Amino acid sequence: MNRILAKTLLRPVVWVIYAALAAGLLYGIGYLVQLNGPTYFAQAILDGLRLGFVYALIALGYTMVYGIVRLINFAHGDVFMVGAFASYYAVARYGWSFVPAILFAMVICLLLNIVIERVAYKPLREAPRIASLITAIGVSFFLESFTALRFAFSADYITYKRPFEVTVWKFWGLSITNATVIIVGVTLALVLGLQYVIRRTKIGKAMRATSLDKSAARLMGINVDGVITFTFALGAALAGAAGTLYAIAFPQIWTFMGIMPGLKAFTAAVLGGIGSVPGAFVGSLLMGTVDVLVVSFLPLGSRLRDLFAFLVLIVVFLVKPTGIFGEPQVEKV
Amino acid sequence: MKRLQVPSWITTLAVALLAFFGVWYAKQGGHISVYWYQVVQLAAITAISALGLNLIYGFNGQFSLGHIGFYAIGAYGSALITKDYVTKWSGSQTGALAWMLAGQIGLVFALVLINKLGLPVVKKRISSSLSEHLAPHEANTLGTLAVLLISAASLAASVAVALGLHALLAPALETIISSLPEGASRPLIFALALINGGSIAALVSYLVGLALLRLGSDYFGIATLGFAVMVYTALQNSDLVIETMKGARGMVGIPPWSTWPWVAGGLVLLAIVMRNMLRSSHGRAMISVREDEIASQSMGVDVTQLKNLAFTMGGFYAGVAGALYAHLYGFLHPSSFSMIKGFDPLIIIVFGGLGSMTGTILASVMFALVIEGLRVILPQGFEDWRFVIYPIILLLIMLLRPSGLLGTSEWGWLRAPLPPERDIPVPNRSLRGSAVSASSEEE
Repeated sequence: MNRILAKTLLRPVVWVIYAALAAGLLYGIGYLVQLNGPTYFAQAILDGLRLGFVYALIALGYTMVYGIVRLINFAHGDVFMVGAFASYYAVARYGWSFVPAILFAMVICLLLNIVIERVAYKPLREAPRIASLITAIGVSFFLESFTALRFAFSADYITYKRPFEVTVWKFWGLSITNATVIIVGVTLALVLGLQYVIRRTKIGKAMRATSLDKSAARLMGINVDGVITFTFALGAALAGAAGTLYAIAFPQIWTFMGIMPGLKAFTAAVLGGIGSVPGAFVGSLLMGTVDVLVVSFLPLGSRLRDLFAFLVLIVVFLVKPTGIFGEPQVEKV
Repeated sequence: MKRLQVPSWITTLAVALLAFFGVWYAKQGGHISVYWYQVVQLAAITAISALGLNLIYGFNGQFSLGHIGFYAIGAYGSALITKDYVTKWSGSQTGALAWMLAGQIGLVFALVLINKLGLPVVKKRISSSLSEHLAPHEANTLGTLAVLLISAASLAASVAVALGLHALLAPALETIISSLPEGASRPLIFALALINGGSIAALVSYLVGLALLRLGSDYFGIATLGFAVMVYTALQNSDLVIETMKGARGMVGIPPWSTWPWVAGGLVLLAIVMRNMLRSSHGRAMISVREDEIASQSMGVDVTQLKNLAFTMGGFYAGVAGALYAHLYGFLHPSSFSMIKGFDPLIIIVFGGLGSMTGTILASVMFALVIEGLRVILPQGFEDWRFVIYPIILLLIMLLRPSGLLGTSEWGWLRAPLPPERDIPVPNRSLRGSAVSASSEEE
């Protein structure tokens, strides 16, 4: 009797709770949609995804370096800033078009990051990991302050001159610019190229082996130092491209612009499960969307956007402590 | 023949007294300017905050990047109290103090209540008794709902406690403060404000630790960094909640009460507490958690509780340091608590040596001297170079001495009665933590 009573009474309660949760979620989305019209909502999502694509390019550099040497490379955001400035000089000073400019930015960042790796991280490879974290912070400070000097980039805000005219296309009230198309296209191409390199080439195989077990990889005849340098270079090239695309999307650059996007991209990589390339991609898209949704819908959203970005991180951690795509952590003795 | 050994506490006391009276007479005699007097105080304040971080990271192995957040909470929390005493922004001299005390006691009451009720056990019991009749996920949902209802009820009870306490405390504090002469009530309010800054920060860090300490170490670092950025953003918009905090314009009107005796006294007191704590069984257990979590767990050490203890205590140190900082210049701006500034304590403890209190204090002094010394040394027109040269020094020291100035060694009275048998390496193990790395590295 008791059991039947429990079954008949409790199960509906559970389903009511589930229904209420689902209804709440749907109502929330519906509320946002009707608040300023569906076009506004769709536009916000679109802008968020565009920002997310740029974050993804930065996040990939973080996650690859972390996957190989377990280093939170705080200087990566500043390499991204150098990329934006390199393409600015290519476009505004030398009048280059988009493709050479972005290639130029990528090459400059690649060379810069190789130098950074040689000077600041390589000598500390056998030292405790915290030592290279501190040098990463030091390199980050150095890049920010050095480029802010008067004879370098100067500490002023600089208006970025886009390498092409912006045209706006309208689809059902949604405005899509050619900048958006280029950002999404370039990012997708680079991410697919990266996946190809990691999954299909010999050096990619070496990278995966090094990230699994450095000493075993060395025993197998892999040039571990070379692989690490290659990883830094690859990440930096993506950061250079990201810098160019970010400046095209938000055409105002200055030498401290790398801090927040860098931090958010890294957070996005962690959100997705660090060390995983698809995770970094998904995490970045989520981060960008949350960023733009907060700005478009919350009162005072533009002032509180950072607060919500990290709130999302902490909420995801509470539910899944190793990120969305992260494997559960196994402690071994 | 046995050499006469001077007890270590005598030499340490002598050095401390020398430092204290040296600065004191230099100030009184006018040998150092007000500017350098403040620099010395700032060094001591940074040392307090860095000691807290060293407890969390150096001694307990929890990689926290959010220390500056607790520092900021302590600074603003205490500044509200003393500013109230001076300007009556809340309507009475002790209004803010009464609210904060009542709120904290209410929060502690709620935490104790939830702890006593043993919610995880309650949830497990409800779920298991229901799972006879229902599918597991359904039982789980109902259990969660019950636990949520219980926590909401205990929160409501604690709000009632806090409101009742406030009704009692506010008039009592008001009469006590107004009956005391100015010379007695001012230090009393300042001391209360310092303790309050520390305790608010400790409460917040307890809550943060409760939520985040189960994360793997790098994940924990990023989550705490996120927390620090959240505090920073909240402070920039703090004028939306409490007008007198002024948000991004910077809080003014805080009485500049921090003097060398207060700061040095705080440093000495907190260093003694930390030293004795570390030499106790709790402290040794904390260090064992850093060395190997699983091994210490199998030896019967309550790892979770110790991590929480270290994190809360570190938060308290940061809060007290922040409170002293708030009253040093009498002006607070969120940019003093930005992420960039947040790396300072981490840099200091790595320089001084993770797990060395002596090193932390020495490195704080050196850090202040380098940062401010560069300002003096650099010629006119080259002021911008300060933050170019500083990272170069940082890089050079790190490349030359990757494990810090003193490693884990201590000096004088701060040293343990029995020296460790071997040099303990920097906590590398505890840094390991990502999903990928779990299977790699030296197995």
